[in-house]
Amino acid sequence: MSERAPFFFLILALVIVGLTTIYYRHVELGVPLTTGERVTIWQIEAEISFIGKAEPVNAQLSLPNDAGFELVEEFTASPAYGVHVLRDQAFPKVVWSKRIVEGRQTLYYRGSYKEVDNAGAEAPPAKISPFDVWEEPYQSSAQTVLNDAYQRSGDRELLLLEVEKLLRSDDQNVALLLSRHSRSQVFTHLLDMAGVPSKSVGGLVLEDGRRNQSLIPLVSVYLNDSWQLYNLETPDWDQSLPILLWLQESPGLLDVEGGRNSDVVFSISRITKSTLQEAKASLNEADLFTSGLYNLPISEQNLFKGILLLPIGALVVVFLRVIIGLKCSGTFMPILIATSFIQTELLNGVLGFLLIVSTGLVIRSYLSHLNLLLVSRISAVVILVIGIIVVFTIIAFRLGLTEALTITFFPMIIMAWTIERMSILWEEEGGKEVLVQGGGSLIVAVVAYLMMDNDLIRHWAFNFLGVHALIMAAILLMGQYTGYRLLELSRFKPMTDDPLIDNKMTDN
Amino acid sequence: MFDLASPFELHKRGVMGMNQRNFSYIAKYNKREFYPNVDDKLKTKVLAMEYGLAVPQLLGVVKYQHDVKEVYKILDQHQGFCIKPAKGSGGKGILVILESNKKGYKKASGEYVSYDEVIRHISNILAGLFSLGGTADVAVIEALIEFDPVFDGLSHEGVPDIRMIVFQGYPVMSMLRLATHASDGKANLHQGAVGVGVGIADGIARSAVQFDRFVEKHPDTGKELSEIKIDGWRRLLHLSASCYEMSGLGYLGADIVLDRARGPLVLELNARPGLAIQTANRMGLLPRLKKIEAIGGRRRASVDERVEYVFKNFA
Repeated sequence: MSERAPFFFLILALVIVGLTTIYYRHVELGVPLTTGERVTIWQIEAEISFIGKAEPVNAQLSLPNDAGFELVEEFTASPAYGVHVLRDQAFPKVVWSKRIVEGRQTLYYRGSYKEVDNAGAEAPPAKISPFDVWEEPYQSSAQTVLNDAYQRSGDRELLLLEVEKLLRSDDQNVALLLSRHSRSQVFTHLLDMAGVPSKSVGGLVLEDGRRNQSLIPLVSVYLNDSWQLYNLETPDWDQSLPILLWLQESPGLLDVEGGRNSDVVFSISRITKSTLQEAKASLNEADLFTSGLYNLPISEQNLFKGILLLPIGALVVVFLRVIIGLKCSGTFMPILIATSFIQTELLNGVLGFLLIVSTGLVIRSYLSHLNLLLVSRISAVVILVIGIIVVFTIIAFRLGLTEALTITFFPMIIMAWTIERMSILWEEEGGKEVLVQGGGSLIVAVVAYLMMDNDLIRHWAFNFLGVHALIMAAILLMGQYTGYRLLELSRFKPMTDDPLIDNKMTDN
Repeated sequence: MFDLASPFELHKRGVMGMNQRNFSYIAKYNKREFYPNVDDKLKTKVLAMEYGLAVPQLLGVVKYQHDVKEVYKILDQHQGFCIKPAKGSGGKGILVILESNKKGYKKASGEYVSYDEVIRHISNILAGLFSLGGTADVAVIEALIEFDPVFDGLSHEGVPDIRMIVFQGYPVMSMLRLATHASDGKANLHQGAVGVGVGIADGIARSAVQFDRFVEKHPDTGKELSEIKIDGWRRLLHLSASCYEMSGLGYLGADIVLDRARGPLVLELNARPGLAIQTANRMGLLPRLKKIEAIGGRRRASVDERVEYVFKNFA
């Protein structure tokens, strides 16, 4: 036993480190143990990039202007720039300036916004100004479209729906209008003509963990004493996601004088803070150890939110293989499949996986007649997988199955190896073994997905890094487990049918 | 499916599980450096000949593509032969030629193949088509084994062989593996071959399993399995015990075939032998393994001493 003492000491140390950091974070820093009863805060980071022309630079970024959200804190990062946040003007904005700027520049604005439950009464629209008449034949086409919609509707609300429907149809007049103007532009123009107050706005769809996002053009319409948002550009957007209005009649999102190729992208992260922690955060801002991952830029934080789920998957794989005894192809292939399930949702993911692997196996069986060497065979399978994904995506899109488009989230190289391994298995051991191992992999992937998709587990994995020390300890312990696997109990069942005497007699 | 054995009952019977095999035996007694001795069949064969162990006669080896054209020099001297990849697994890439005549080369199935097809098969072996990692391989040409008539009616198409578990040089358990229709002529138990547990001290059948469940008769030929008795058992024990010195592996599975004229021959060795042998023998491996681990002593017992030990203690 003494030779294993250092091992158990290591396990003990990991457990102690894990538990103390969890305790410290919970009790001292007030990080809540559950996800519930907390304030949702959206942390939005705008990353502005441009190339300086060796001239003075003046960069202006408009800031969100939405009565439904409240600013919690904001922060700018920019090397040696003068920065001013101007909030008392008509349109809030942040201005960076510097005398001489050359080469590639990156500026950051980070703001935390809290959703306000009952926003105050929204400003009613100003008096409708007379609309600009478009030149012919566009104006008369617009008139025809509006008349059509008017004929088919009873009140304003239905008129709006009818106009929206017409704009999505392949009506000839609509096609003519769209050749010149964007859908939103046509929509607002028609509403202006109909005397319905409306305005074009730019909104940011708030979804946790998104990077490289940009504003989407929306139309805000004043209907039944409130402003309602219409999205005409992207047909399938998730209506349940909140939208932060960033631009409302403001001049433009970004204006860079003295720079070219300017661009701005947004990263969005949802943090759920307890009110207690919110208070602590302002006190401890400079403390490196306690703030941990929260100090990183949001895009890196989001990256870690994904990476820190992998140990959970590894734990599932070790448990299912060592304790349960499931067979699966490739040690960590199921985890990677599980991470793509997170993006595709479970049902789509499983169907997509089965579709790709089974099609791949059929075509791969032809490749094996060609007697190729390993590297070129795998490479051929990689191209094959990409081909399968392209074909299925196009078919799915044609059939209107937009959910199936997420098939592109599967890791291609991993899928290629899976197909290659299964196909070798098929030749060597037969189809039954492929079903056993393929099914095993799928079960492991689904269990790993269910664990990794659980809100509480996600919360723990990101907010309590001590959990990972505990996972490490558990994995090391299972690495020394020499007991029976669950499936072996069924396998060796016939052996316990004999009376025990038999064994004793033969051996002694 | 949920008909589970109690782990305590299994433990009492000394049944070894996969985790314990990997952790307490394979990882502990099989050094990595010796794995190539058994994973490369040519190396196993050369080693076996060095140590004077009986193996199927080696007729020739084709190592390079430019030697392939010269292969007729080897083939012309023999009526029947067997071509296999040195690093193949699961019986892949093995071409058995029973005889050659004007019509070409007659395969085990009765079909004829041409000389060119034999050449192409060898080229495929060299290119690594049958080796697991796809690495370049060599083709080994062996003499045919003439099966001992004692196994008549016991095997469907394939080769019956005897799997011996050899722990630190002591044969501890053995089983006769019989190919079936379900296993497609292969002698691998998880593919559906029948395993007949054979008493390690007497060579007499104890019980038989297919797919981990007991059977009485061969599923294809209907022959009663309990009547099997293997003659010349001492020679078999001697041969398998000697595989320890030759391979350096402390926990190994030796696959042995019985040739009509030459007696037991070592076909191949396995560094990770399976656990179904326990069910086939209705007996757990652990009591015997523990007994041997307890022997201790600094002087390594000779092969004869070890065989004697088996006769005395495992009867």
